[in-house]
Amino acid sequence: MRLELVKRPQQSTLFSALSPFIAFGLTIVAGATLFAALGKDPVETLYYYFIDPLTETWSLHELAIKAAPLILIAVGLSVCFLSSNWNIGAEGQFIMGAIAGSILPVLFPDFQFWFVLPLMLIMGMAGGAAYAFIPALLKVRFNTNEILSSLMLVYVAQLFLDWLVRGPWRNPEGFNFPETRNFHEYAILPEIWSASGRAHWGFVFAIVAALVLWFMLSKTIKGFEVKVIGQSPRAGRFAGFSAGRMVVFAFLVSGAMAGLAGISEVSGAIGQLRPTISPGYGFTAIIVAFLGRLNPLGIVAAGLILALTYLGGEAAQISVGLSDKVVRAFQGSILFFVLACDTLIHYRIRMVRPAQKAEVANV
Amino acid sequence: MKTTLLALAASAAVLIPAVASAQDDPTKACFIYVGPIGDFGWSYQHHQGLLEAEEHFGDKLETAYLESVPEGADAERAIERFARSGCDIIFTTSFGYMDATNKIAGRFPDVKFEHATGYKREHPNVATYNSKFHEGRYVQGVIAAKMSETGVAGYIASFPIPEVVMGINAFLLGAQSIDPDFQVKVVWANTWFDPAKEADAATALIDQGVDIITQHTDSTGPMQVAADRGIKAFGQASDMIEFGKETQLTSIIDDWGPYYIERIQAVMDGTWEQQDVWEGMAEGHVVMAPYTNMPDDVKALAEETEAKIKSGEFDPFTGPIKKQDGSDWLAEGEVAEEGVLLGMNFYVEGVDDQLPQ
Repeated sequence: MRLELVKRPQQSTLFSALSPFIAFGLTIVAGATLFAALGKDPVETLYYYFIDPLTETWSLHELAIKAAPLILIAVGLSVCFLSSNWNIGAEGQFIMGAIAGSILPVLFPDFQFWFVLPLMLIMGMAGGAAYAFIPALLKVRFNTNEILSSLMLVYVAQLFLDWLVRGPWRNPEGFNFPETRNFHEYAILPEIWSASGRAHWGFVFAIVAALVLWFMLSKTIKGFEVKVIGQSPRAGRFAGFSAGRMVVFAFLVSGAMAGLAGISEVSGAIGQLRPTISPGYGFTAIIVAFLGRLNPLGIVAAGLILALTYLGGEAAQISVGLSDKVVRAFQGSILFFVLACDTLIHYRIRMVRPAQKAEVANV
Repeated sequence: MKTTLLALAASAAVLIPAVASAQDDPTKACFIYVGPIGDFGWSYQHHQGLLEAEEHFGDKLETAYLESVPEGADAERAIERFARSGCDIIFTTSFGYMDATNKIAGRFPDVKFEHATGYKREHPNVATYNSKFHEGRYVQGVIAAKMSETGVAGYIASFPIPEVVMGINAFLLGAQSIDPDFQVKVVWANTWFDPAKEADAATALIDQGVDIITQHTDSTGPMQVAADRGIKAFGQASDMIEFGKETQLTSIIDDWGPYYIERIQAVMDGTWEQQDVWEGMAEGHVVMAPYTNMPDDVKALAEETEAKIKSGEFDPFTGPIKKQDGSDWLAEGEVAEEGVLLGMNFYVEGVDDQLPQ
């Protein structure tokens, strides 16, 4: 016997709307079972996971810090994915944005004026966009698969950063440790409300970017063009849209967003370049983009929820003594249920008996 | 039982965050690890220190820890969470936590911070600590030169930071004290913990003809490869004899327990002060695992070398020593200054590798 997914002729609007809540409910049940099996109090553990991080101001700041890069990158990616451009290399564009944006404070540390920071942000966006332009160009010119080229460029960016901080950009006063000099005060992205926590302006950028891209996608001709080309390139051609130009546009937008996320993270949260500046934000953002159903406003919610699971995971580790591995497994189960629910709304499961198949073969 | 206590303590801290720890409350010590506590290397040993302290203090001490905390923005959040959850002393056990530790320390002047392997103490409530692991590496070098038939040892290194470079140099100097032509091949794994990558490095080194493996990375991967290939190896950070019963010659054990007990006691007594500690075998911070899988004469020589270093009679970095390029570094009988060692960015003569610059 074999299981098959068959596309439903009609999707239930009710269940489409309910799907995230059903998924969340299933996650809670699965999580509670898992925690109870490990001998932890399920209610207490779930409290630390989902509620505790929201009860304190400083923790809300931390949520904003963690969510900012995820949202920024994911809203950029939504433009790519909606137009059927599979940019998997946001992690690399994040890193290149961070590097390009760090040129001023690292190489010209004495250049200290108020406009250094705006320049850094612009250079960060330019760096990310330029790096995303490579797979775009390869796709348009040589029909290269952008999934492979953008992914492989991630490793190139990681190694380039590694080489920079160990070699030419190494802090001269840093005892040979692999890191650049600390950014001066004019190169630090300020905190939004420093009296209560350390969330920086990166979160504001993320919200603004989400609003702007939401407006563009839902209210402008450009947004219409993105969706038409994504769903039916042929229809797009009849409408007079250029598929090639769309590839470049989508990659530039998502590269710029990833680059802005990179320089914001480095200048707002870290304060220098290190061999590793991202715990995989560029890849996690792909999940965030799909959790938010490629809608920039949905992505804001998805980014906050995913960030919450990181913070909650830590809280559960400290408070209940849950191991790091269980925390990650639980995080994975959230994604599993969300994707499963979405799939089952669009498809139904059909069982195929081998006997039937044999008959078909005989005919 | 332990976890219930932790949960109770933590929920109490959450419910009444403003209440400072009263006199008869247990002291709370918190630890942040860069790897999993099951790495059987660096983080494992720090966790052993935590367990030793728990056993020593009993009910007077509460502990909490976070494992696999990435260096960067995540570390800052983790440290802040600890500072807010009522920890009296926080041990941050990786170099990459340095800036985060100092930043949070400035905001929580009543909490004591202890940062392992760093050099920044920007606030009076930050202390730093490290151990002279290179003393153990010198002893390993002596053993390697006695045991090797090819005269070449393989060294799996993590990152070209002074700590690691110092270890490579000390190992080679120990070996050269027996065989002046002894060579060391170095592979940079660029990771602290990646069992597969470390094992690959070991395989590559053995294929190039080394017959002794030593490592400055934290997993047991290289030890297991050495065991499979039937050559000898040294453990790292903890006693790895279980992973190579016929293979391990000895291992440098990082024993953080005594230091953690001493510092937690200082917090309890109210005598805690900022300091920078860099001690080795003499204080028991660096311990050699039993000398195994070697002839008695080698064992005796190793024990003799260890005793000399322990008593302070001999320092591994005693001249004459030349740098890799052949220029003079230390004159006859001259001992290296600690400042130079802590910023070491050059090899001594005889290392078959170019230091990544």
